Amino acid sequence: MMKDWEVVIGLEIHAQLATRSKIFSGAATAYGAPPNTQACLVDLAYPGVLPVLNAEAVRMAVKFGLAIGAQIAERSIFARKNYFYPDLPKGYQISQYEQPIVGRGALEIVLDDGATRRIGITRAHLEEDAGKSLHEGLANATGIDLNRAGTPLLEIVSEPDMRSAKEAVAYMKKVHTLVRYLEICDGNMQEGSFRCDANVSVRPRGAAKFGTRAEIKNLNSFRFVEKAIQHEVARQIELIESGGTVVQETRLYDSDRDETRSMRSKEEANDYRYFPDPDLLPLAIERAFIEAVRASLPELPDQKAARFVSEYQLSGYDAGVLSASRETGAYFEAVVGRVGAAHAKLAANWVMGELSSALNRENLEIDAARIDPQRLGGLLERVIDGTISGKLAKDVFEAMWTEGRDADAVIEAKGLRQITDAGAIAKAIDEVIAANPKQLADYRAGKDKLFGFFVGQVMKATGGKANPAQLNDLLKAKLGGG
Amino acid sequence: MSWHARSIAELAAALERGEISSVALTRHFLDRISGLNGALNALITVTADQALAAAAVADRRRAAGERGPLLGIPLIHKDIFCTDGVRTSCGSRMLDNFVAPYDATVVARLKAAGAVMLGKANMDEFAMGSSNETSFYGPVRNPWDLDKVPGGSSGGSAAAVAARLAPFSTGTDTGGSIRQPAALCGVTGIKPTYGRVSRYGMIAFASSLDQAGVLARSAADAAVALGAIAGFDPRDSTSVDAPATDYTAALDAPLRGLRLGLVKEFSESLEPRNGALIAATLDAFRALGAETTTVSLPSLPLSVPTYYVVAPAECSSNLSRFDGVRFGYRCADPRDLRDLYERSRGEGFGAEVKRRIMTGTYVLSAGYFDAYYLKAQQVRQLIAGEFRAAFQQVDLLIGPTTPTPAFGIGAKIDDPVTMYLNDIYTIGANLAGLPAISAPCGFVDGLPMGVQLIGPHFAEGRLLNAVHRYQTATDWHVRAAPGYA
Amino acid sequence: MSLTSRDVEKIAHLARLGITDPEKPVYAANLSKIVEFVDQLARAKTDGVTPMAHPLEGLTQRLRADEVTEADDREKYQRNAAAVQAGLYLVPKVIE
Ligand SMILES: [Mg+2]
Ligand SMILES: [Zn+2]
Repeated sequence: MMKDWEVVIGLEIHAQLATRSKIFSGAATAYGAPPNTQACLVDLAYPGVLPVLNAEAVRMAVKFGLAIGAQIAERSIFARKNYFYPDLPKGYQISQYEQPIVGRGALEIVLDDGATRRIGITRAHLEEDAGKSLHEGLANATGIDLNRAGTPLLEIVSEPDMRSAKEAVAYMKKVHTLVRYLEICDGNMQEGSFRCDANVSVRPRGAAKFGTRAEIKNLNSFRFVEKAIQHEVARQIELIESGGTVVQETRLYDSDRDETRSMRSKEEANDYRYFPDPDLLPLAIERAFIEAVRASLPELPDQKAARFVSEYQLSGYDAGVLSASRETGAYFEAVVGRVGAAHAKLAANWVMGELSSALNRENLEIDAARIDPQRLGGLLERVIDGTISGKLAKDVFEAMWTEGRDADAVIEAKGLRQITDAGAIAKAIDEVIAANPKQLADYRAGKDKLFGFFVGQVMKATGGKANPAQLNDLLKAKLGGG
Repeated sequence: MSWHARSIAELAAALERGEISSVALTRHFLDRISGLNGALNALITVTADQALAAAAVADRRRAAGERGPLLGIPLIHKDIFCTDGVRTSCGSRMLDNFVAPYDATVVARLKAAGAVMLGKANMDEFAMGSSNETSFYGPVRNPWDLDKVPGGSSGGSAAAVAARLAPFSTGTDTGGSIRQPAALCGVTGIKPTYGRVSRYGMIAFASSLDQAGVLARSAADAAVALGAIAGFDPRDSTSVDAPATDYTAALDAPLRGLRLGLVKEFSESLEPRNGALIAATLDAFRALGAETTTVSLPSLPLSVPTYYVVAPAECSSNLSRFDGVRFGYRCADPRDLRDLYERSRGEGFGAEVKRRIMTGTYVLSAGYFDAYYLKAQQVRQLIAGEFRAAFQQVDLLIGPTTPTPAFGIGAKIDDPVTMYLNDIYTIGANLAGLPAISAPCGFVDGLPMGVQLIGPHFAEGRLLNAVHRYQTATDWHVRAAPGYA
Repeated sequence: MSLTSRDVEKIAHLARLGITDPEKPVYAANLSKIVEFVDQLARAKTDGVTPMAHPLEGLTQRLRADEVTEADDREKYQRNAAAVQAGLYLVPKVIE
C-alpha cells in the first residue's frame, strides 16, 4: 500500500535561545521557577509597557544562519501576529513575518543506507514564546503561568523536503546537534527548549502537486515525531483510499493514545492580521557584525566528522557518533591526545562502547563521566603495552568507574598484571595437562575442539592473567606432544 | 497677582524667595480644584494627600540647597500615564479599578524634577475622541462655556490649565489630542517630535502616532515643562538617542528672517472669521520680522482617512491585552473563555473604542489589508514626503489648529466621521512624526481659537521660540475664562 | 462599501468584543460610514511608493544587553488581577 504513496514532510522547529534574559524584557529565563515569578510588567503585557530587543538573541540567530549557509538579512522586520489565547498576554505574538532575520539555507542528513540528503531550510526567524496553561489541581479553571512568556525562540522552517518519518527525525536530530554546538539552545526537550510542529501530506508517487497537509503540534521528543508522523501518514492514506479527503487543519499528537486528533479550538479559520510592530523599528545588522560572528563560529558537526575521518582514519559512522555533540568530540580527542593518533580506533571503540554504556546506565552526560579522558587514556595505554588484556581492561574500567581510581592503581591492587613469564605459563600448562590425561588423549586422537578447554583451564589456574598469545603458542607446542 | 495666575518662572522665583512654600502653593491649587472641578469634571482622581506629601518633600529639597525650575511646582497628569500606586483609568470602565504598579517615564521624570502631582486629568476613553465625551467618567466642560466641549482627548488637561487648576499639565497627542483641546480651551499645547519623549508607561492607543507633550498657559511655561520630560529612555526603543535641548534658553531668539509657510490646503476653505484670525496672526509674525509665504501639500487632505486606517489598526492590536485576566475589568461569572473575553471587553469598553477596534480589525483582516492598511501606509509616505519638501522652502508651517471653536456637548457625538474631521489640521503632523504647537490667537463667538505651527523633526525649540515671541507681542494667552481669573 | 450586521458579527468575534443584537445594525451603519470615508484613499496614486510603518524613517532598532534587570514582584503585580490562585492567573477551563 505504502508503495503507491509518497510522503511529504516539512518541519517547523522552535528552539529556545539560551539567553539570560527574555527577548523583549529584563526578566530571567531560567526554567522551573514558581509560577509568574519571572514575569515582569513587559511579560505580563501591562498597560504602557514597551518591548526592547535583546542583542544576544539577535547574535544567536545570526550564528545559526551562518552555520546553515543562509543569507543574513541586513534589515529585518518584527510583526505582530494577532490572536486571543490565555497564554498570550498581549493578544499578539511578536514574531517576524515578511522579512525574517535568516533567509534560505540547508542541512545535510545521512540516511540509514549511508546516502546523504540535502534538506532545505526556508527561513529562521526570531519570536517570543507564550506562557503555559495548567489544568491540574484547579476546579473548573485553567491556571496561567507566564514565566515562559517572552522567552526568545528561533523558529526554523524547513522546506517540504523529507520523505519519511525517519528522515524527519534525522533532520530534527541534525538541527538539535547544531544548536547545541553553537551553544544557542540547551536542547532540553523535556523542558520544551526544543520542539517541533510537523506538516505532513501524502500524494500518489510521481504526482507533481502536493497533497493537502495537516499540521501536527506538540511534538517534544524524537520518538513522538516519528510515531506521530507514521500515524498521520497512515491516517491520511486510509482516508483517501476509502474515498475521503484530507482537510487542512491543526492536529494534536496524543502520546498516551498514539494518535493525532483535530484541535477543535483552532477549528475556526485563523486570521492573524499580521502587521509591522509599530513599537519596534527595523532591525539593522551590519556586515562587520556578521563577519565577527562568523569568525567566532566553532567547528561545526559536519566539519568535525570529516576531520575525524581524515585525521584518525575513523569510519564515517564512528566519526558521526563521536561528533554528535561537542562534548563527545572533545572527550574522544582528549583520549587520543593521551594514547596517540595511531590508537584512535581503540579510543573510539572505548568511548562508543564501555564509556557510552556506563553513561547510559546512570543517565549521565559525558561531561559528568566518572572517568575523565586522561584516566581512560591511562587504561588504554596498559592495553596497548600488554600489561592487561582487553578483556581484563573491562573489569578494570568498572573498578575505575565505581572506585574513582587510576588504571594502574586498580591493576596493582587487584594483581591483574598479565603473566608474561614463559616459565610460569609453561609450569601452569604442565600442571593442567598432568591433571587431565583423558582430555589429552582425546585431543591427540584428533578432537581439536578440546584446545579451548585447555586454554580455559590454564587461564583459570593463572587467574586469567596469562598473556593470551604466549599461552596459545606454548600450549600448542606442548599438546602437540613436545 | 493671585498665585494661580502666575507663570512657572514667577512661581519658582516666589518659592526661591520664600514668599510661599510648595505645600502652601499645592494647597492653593487643591482648594481651587475642590471648588471648581465639580462643574468642569476635568479631573478623574485628585491625589491631595500624596500631593501635600510631595510638596513637603520639595520644600525640604529646596531647603537642602537643591534648585530646579519645577521643584515644588504643581501639575496634573493626563490619566493615560501610569502612576505608581494611583488609579490609572485611561478614561475607561476597563481600567476603573486599575492601580498602576509603576510610574511612566514622563511621570518619573517630573517626580525627579520635584514637580507635585495634584491628580489625574479626565480624557476621552483610551484617548479616542476629539471632544472628551467618550470618557467613562462623563464629559469635561469647557471653562469658557460649560455647555461646550473642551476638545479631546486631552480635554481634562486643557480645561484644568485654562481654569487655572494647575500651572501645567501633561497630555498625549495621537491625531491632535494636545493641540485641539489647547486651541478650544485657550491654552498653549505642544506635541513634540515622535521619539522626543518616552512612551514608556503611557497607555498605548496608536504606537506609531502617540506622543506625550505638555499643556500650559504660555510657550515659556511649556518650554520648562517639556524640558523636564524630553530625552532618551532605554525602555522605549523608539525614543531618540539625542540630547534634549534647553528649550528655555532659545525662547528669546529674534524671529528676523524666519520663513513661515501658510498651508494652502488648510487656508483656502477656512470659515471667514477663522481666516481673519489667521491673517491677523500672520501680520503679527511679520511685524516680528518673519517672512510668510504659501506652500502646498497636495496629499494633506488625505491625512484624516489615512489616520482612520492606521490608528484603528494599531489600536485594535494594542487593546487586545485588555482581556479580563491580569488587570482591568472582568465580567461577572464567565461561562467559558470566549464569554470571559467577549463580555469583559464588550462591557469594559465604550462605543467609540469598540468602533475603532472593529475598524482596525477590519482593515487588517484578510482580503482588506492591501486596500486599506497598506494603501494608508503608502499615502502616509506621500504626506511625509510633502512635509519634507515643504521644509526645504520654509522653516515652519503655520495655519489654524481647528476648523471651528468649541462645539456643544452632544452636537457631534452620534456621527463619528464628522467628529473625526475636527482633527483635519492636526493629524498630518502625527503621520509624519513632526513637532507642532497650538497657541491662542483670538476669539470667535467669545470662544478661544488656536494657531498651529508645525516644524521639521526636532524643531521643538524653534516652535516654542516663535510662539514665545508672538506671546510677548500679543495677550491672547493671558486672558482667562470668565470666572477663572 | 457597506457592512452588514453579519460582517459586524465576524469582526466583533475576531476582536472578541461582545456586541448585543440591537447594537449590530448601529455598528454596521457606523462602520459603513467610516469605511466609505476611508475609501477615498483609493484615489491616491501610490504606485511604487514604499509603505511607511513608522514616522522615524531611516532610524533602526536599538538593542539592549542580555542582562536580568527585573526582580520578582508577583504579589504587587497580581493585585490588579480578578482571579488568582497559587500564583496562577485563572481563566475558565480551557479544553485542549
Ligand atoms: Mg509557525
Ligand atoms: Zn513560531
